[in-house]
Amino acid sequence: MANFNMLWLQSSGCGGCTMSLLCAESPPLFEQLSWQGINLLWHPALSEASGQEVQSLLSDLEQGRESLDLLCIEGAVAQGPDGTGDFSRLPGTGRSMMSWLQGLSTRANYVVAVGSCAAYGGVSAGGDNPSDATGAQYAGERLGGLLGEAFRSRGGLPVINISGCPIHPQWVLESLASLVRGEMTLQDLDELGRPRSYTDHLVHHGCPRNEYYEYKASAQQHSQQGCLMEHLGCIGTQAHADCNIRLWNGGGSCLRGGYACINCTAPEFENPGYGFLSTPKVAGIPIGLPTDMPKAWFVALSSLSKAAMPARLRENALSDHQLMAPKIYYKNKRR
Amino acid sequence: MTQRIIGPFSRVEGNLELRLQIKEDRVAEARVSSQMYRGFEQMLEGKKPIDALVITPRICGICSVSQSVAAARALADLTGAKPPPNGVLAANLVHACENLADLFTHFYLFFMPDFANPAYRNEAWYGRVAERFRAVSGSAAGDALSARAELLHLMGLLAGKWPHTLAIQPGGSTRSIDASERLRLLTVLRRFRAFLEKTTFGTSLESIVELSQQDQWHQLSEPETSDCGRFFALSRNLKLDQLGRGGNAFMSFGGHAFEGESLFAAGLYTDRWQPLEADAIAEDVSHSWMQASPPRHPREGATKPTGMDDNGYSWCKAPRLNGRVIEVGALARQSVNGNPLALDLLRSGGANVQSRILMRLWEMARLLLAMENWAELLVPGEPFFEAGLASPQDGEGVGMVEAARGSLGHWMRVRNGLIDRYQIIAPTTWNFSPRDADGQPGALEQALSNAPVRKQDDENPVAVQHIVRSFDPCMACTVH
Repeated sequence: MANFNMLWLQSSGCGGCTMSLLCAESPPLFEQLSWQGINLLWHPALSEASGQEVQSLLSDLEQGRESLDLLCIEGAVAQGPDGTGDFSRLPGTGRSMMSWLQGLSTRANYVVAVGSCAAYGGVSAGGDNPSDATGAQYAGERLGGLLGEAFRSRGGLPVINISGCPIHPQWVLESLASLVRGEMTLQDLDELGRPRSYTDHLVHHGCPRNEYYEYKASAQQHSQQGCLMEHLGCIGTQAHADCNIRLWNGGGSCLRGGYACINCTAPEFENPGYGFLSTPKVAGIPIGLPTDMPKAWFVALSSLSKAAMPARLRENALSDHQLMAPKIYYKNKRR
Repeated sequence: MTQRIIGPFSRVEGNLELRLQIKEDRVAEARVSSQMYRGFEQMLEGKKPIDALVITPRICGICSVSQSVAAARALADLTGAKPPPNGVLAANLVHACENLADLFTHFYLFFMPDFANPAYRNEAWYGRVAERFRAVSGSAAGDALSARAELLHLMGLLAGKWPHTLAIQPGGSTRSIDASERLRLLTVLRRFRAFLEKTTFGTSLESIVELSQQDQWHQLSEPETSDCGRFFALSRNLKLDQLGRGGNAFMSFGGHAFEGESLFAAGLYTDRWQPLEADAIAEDVSHSWMQASPPRHPREGATKPTGMDDNGYSWCKAPRLNGRVIEVGALARQSVNGNPLALDLLRSGGANVQSRILMRLWEMARLLLAMENWAELLVPGEPFFEAGLASPQDGEGVGMVEAARGSLGHWMRVRNGLIDRYQIIAPTTWNFSPRDADGQPGALEQALSNAPVRKQDDENPVAVQHIVRSFDPCMACTVH
């Protein structure tokens, strides 16, 4: 298990996935890596080595003079301008990240795309995608990307897409542990190449606003406690991630922070086709409904549950703090 | 004269490359190049104004809240939003938490590991210092990561998560907290204070913020018992106060205001304080890989990349204030703020590696004290957010804030309800700019000139690394 060689490269991204990874706790990041037997060959933000020394390491890895168990890619692959990849170069080498990533991927036992940019293009491919950014093995929802649909690393797996903007530190660390132990198989990845350990859940699961959702007690504006789905753009019922089960930064999540889930683990979340923070509707009904529920049922149930909404939820949904506490029911009604 | 191209440059945020002309044992001339371009300003065009809150934080994962605050301010400028007191306090806490975490991360994870560089292996202090500050495996890295992660619990409480929160909006904060959460907040701050006082400073935060002369600080922080003391000892040994001398024009957009009082003042400092003429900002693209254009104020600016042509050497533009090269960051911020310690440092050695690091450390103490105060002022049950802001249809908005690395500005124009122009100037764009049309080198290019190059580390001079990292560059922000 010892000496599992890991190289981490940052391509076209914001570095936020590394920053989030540094928030790993109990134990902290470097301790977790060391316990897992991971030998960090180089990470641009964290390693001592710079310049020539790194260039030699990269050529040794690319030429096969040193073994590469795991290549982690953070950030999208910029292919522009005009297919040159010059929008993102590996400094000092005169070569594009695109070209380095192609070369190193063929040498790696496993390739992990860390974050939605590396997985699918992410925000780096937003708008009209000025840098022609793509993911390592996907371009948005389409397979392909830099490495092509058929790519399998030497260990036999496609690129493992730990998507998210940013990633939760434990999504990455658990996936790495699974790879080091040789336990990760194709069955552990979902249709979009993401580890099912966190994408077999919906953001909706464990949402502290679930009681409001049940009765369609909706917030009218951000900061209110009601459900954010009906008016404020929340798509937590369609977003695959365990954000409300495995919490962030000691107990947070987007919904706990009072703002909508924008489904940042999904390909093309960066271009929703409407404003992020409002819910597009047709005839008053949100167009994005829970994926595995028939629309007619949803509409019927919503009107029923709205009618049954307790006063407590109606009051609290439109306030930024609790106005009515849940009522206490005594076992012995005649006290 | 020999030429060295240095890269990849580790422990800075993003893709930095240096081209150095070396004459004998000194850097004669430096060219600083940002090697990544994504095009955020173009991505924003045609989007709804409020979407800037989702997109701009993702320019940078290291100062994403600063980007978020700048976008929220630009939107508030457009809509006339006025967050309630709790909303201002919550935004201040979240923003200061990021600044503090940035300064802290820079010191422990990015800057200090340079002293474990094998170039120093023959120094008497090397063994002890390397054991403490070596990247990844040094004892300081482990200590710092735990403390940092716990400090960022404040983000879990007040911002949902970090980086890339949507909690900060023009109307205030989406996250109101109750009385018990406020107590948890105070506990988080208390715990981080304990780390800073015991491990980083070796003394109370109050005694740090009251310092007016560097000599007093030397006496407070013992080299054997605090990391700050260890830094002093190294700085004296390696004469870091003579390394990386900058120009003498400093700028700050100021900020962290509450009820009319700003923690940090805005302005320009040369040999004295002057008001900031924000209209005198212009971005020059003569040495950037951008379509030729005269220097423009960001209100009128455009971002039109070309391929890598011979006229340019960076994707970074060259912002100037009245044609002048400006340094930004903690030292600049505190000079503008009239901080006696900053002014003492400027008098004795100007902007240099030591003075930049010291003012970062000083700010950590100042920010934490301010955060404790803001947390005390929060009133659970009172609103955090102003309701009912209309989506802006037409107009212009400006958001100018201080990120940890210095002054950050967003200039937004809206037409028919959509973003029509969005220009951003980030702190490192000022510090790491290429030359301008007059041939003036950027702030780092100036600071690198004359840096010593020792024979044994001529491929990648350690002095150059200290200088670069003393600015704590964020290249992802720089070029966006």
